[in-house]
Amino acid sequence: MAKKGDWVRIHSIILTPEQRSSAVPEDTKSVPLEQWTKGYLHADAKLGEIAEVTTRTGRVVSGTLVDETPHYQHSFGDFVPELQQAGDEAFSFLFGGSAK
Amino acid sequence: MTKDNSFSAVMARKAEIIRNAVGVDYKQFESGSIAFDYERMMASTGYTLEDVIEIQRGYAIGNTPLIELKNITSLVRNLSKEGYGARIFVKDEAANPSGSFKVRRAATSIHHARRMGYFGALSATSGNYGAAVASCCAKSGLKCIVVQECYDSRGVGQPEIIEKARKCEALGAEVVQLTVGPELFYTVLRMLEDTGYFNASLYTAFGIAGIETLGYEVANQCREQLGKDPDVVVCTNAGGGNLTGTARGLIKANCAAQVVAASVNLKGLHMASDTQFNKKSFTTGHTGFGMPFSTWPDRSDVPRSAARPLRYMDRYVTVNQGEVFYTTELLARLEGIERGPAGNTSLAAAISLAQELPEDAIVVVQETEYTGAGKHGSAQLSFARQNGIRVSLGDPRDEIAGESIVLPAHPSMLHAADVDLDHMRRSLITHAATTIDHAPTAGDIAFLAEETKTGESFVLEVLKQ
Repeated sequence: MAKKGDWVRIHSIILTPEQRSSAVPEDTKSVPLEQWTKGYLHADAKLGEIAEVTTRTGRVVSGTLVDETPHYQHSFGDFVPELQQAGDEAFSFLFGGSAK
Repeated sequence: MTKDNSFSAVMARKAEIIRNAVGVDYKQFESGSIAFDYERMMASTGYTLEDVIEIQRGYAIGNTPLIELKNITSLVRNLSKEGYGARIFVKDEAANPSGSFKVRRAATSIHHARRMGYFGALSATSGNYGAAVASCCAKSGLKCIVVQECYDSRGVGQPEIIEKARKCEALGAEVVQLTVGPELFYTVLRMLEDTGYFNASLYTAFGIAGIETLGYEVANQCREQLGKDPDVVVCTNAGGGNLTGTARGLIKANCAAQVVAASVNLKGLHMASDTQFNKKSFTTGHTGFGMPFSTWPDRSDVPRSAARPLRYMDRYVTVNQGEVFYTTELLARLEGIERGPAGNTSLAAAISLAQELPEDAIVVVQETEYTGAGKHGSAQLSFARQNGIRVSLGDPRDEIAGESIVLPAHPSMLHAADVDLDHMRRSLITHAATTIDHAPTAGDIAFLAEETKTGESFVLEVLKQ
């Protein structure tokens, strides 16, 4: 349960497949245009409920509550051996020595 | 009265919304036919190059270092025939407040928006430009909204775009994220109408005037540091503004360097496709924008784009995704400079181009961009693997966009491929002719010659076909 005043993330459908532009490719036209926004919750709400928020610029937007504690989890990814090998080999090509 | 906010009704109000949100009536530049007065539009900002330099100084933008990449140059000479292998320099634009050259583009717009009395600015971009607008708005005390195309219909987002969202928020912006589709413009129009904010479009004269300082600095720094002009300046090309502004700045410095465009080759991928959105590892600087925006610039969010790259382009080359990731690794491992992959597109091209030039020639790569979580070779290649892309070392010419990424197994395999520039020029001229219902006027023909950096005889010959 998110409380009034909490910083949350909401989701909404902007255009249904039928409302989408005729100019988009078939695969895109078969799905809706979706939107995610963050803001301060107007009233207590549970995940999945319709909620209204005030965004950072003061806009009032409503949508389905999808995240009570939105935060970033992107990272530097996995180890990519090809990148390290490429760098090691270029280094030894220029400065000599073994790449391993 | 309730406004009709359906897709067609909002799109029908486009001209009025944009006029209010940019403060420019584009009709004044029109001839009524193909031609319009480009230079008058560029001058309509009311800001001279000196004014723009002063504005940018106020935001701590510009005067970024021009760094000689001596080890990469040595590598290039090892690969070149005797006496060949030009000196490569890079303009370290990552040193700007927002981490890329794009803040030059934002500064004039935001300065102007503030002067005009707007309370906030809105920008539609998934790229570094969002952080640039957010940075300038923070400094100017304006509110800021950044609208991004970020996710596919599974809700999976490109790590590079998610990092840019984080950065925009860190600089105080409200970030609105959407799934794939050109109707992003519809959302933007609605928000501009609702908020009354300034449209910090990438494609106004304000934006392009801001990049002129980059070309101007390149010419002057080469003269100060090397006592001579650069021979070649390589610009990553997407929407065309980077190249247009840089080339105009070089011209204002009376520098006749050859201007080369470089894009990541994403041939075969449709930019508006939901299923192909996460099959690419570059979200900008690629042919998916570079080709259509060069051959028809007026597809942007303003009636007449100030970014018109074919006016200034001497050559256009493409490099593959694997070659850009490889170059990013070279910059880190041989020069000790870790930067974001997308900003190294032009450096990848320069490594190939420098091999064609004598040792005393100067090649300038005019940008770098910041790196971080999500916006990094390991993040982007891991994401590619998760989306079914094969990643390997080998011959980059075997790379198929959307299926594989091939990093060169040896530096000699890095090769910039030439694009047929005359074909692109013909495409622009042919398309322009379809926009009118009469024969092109003498003014149109002169305009199209300027648009394509050709002559009237070239234009007439294309029109005859």
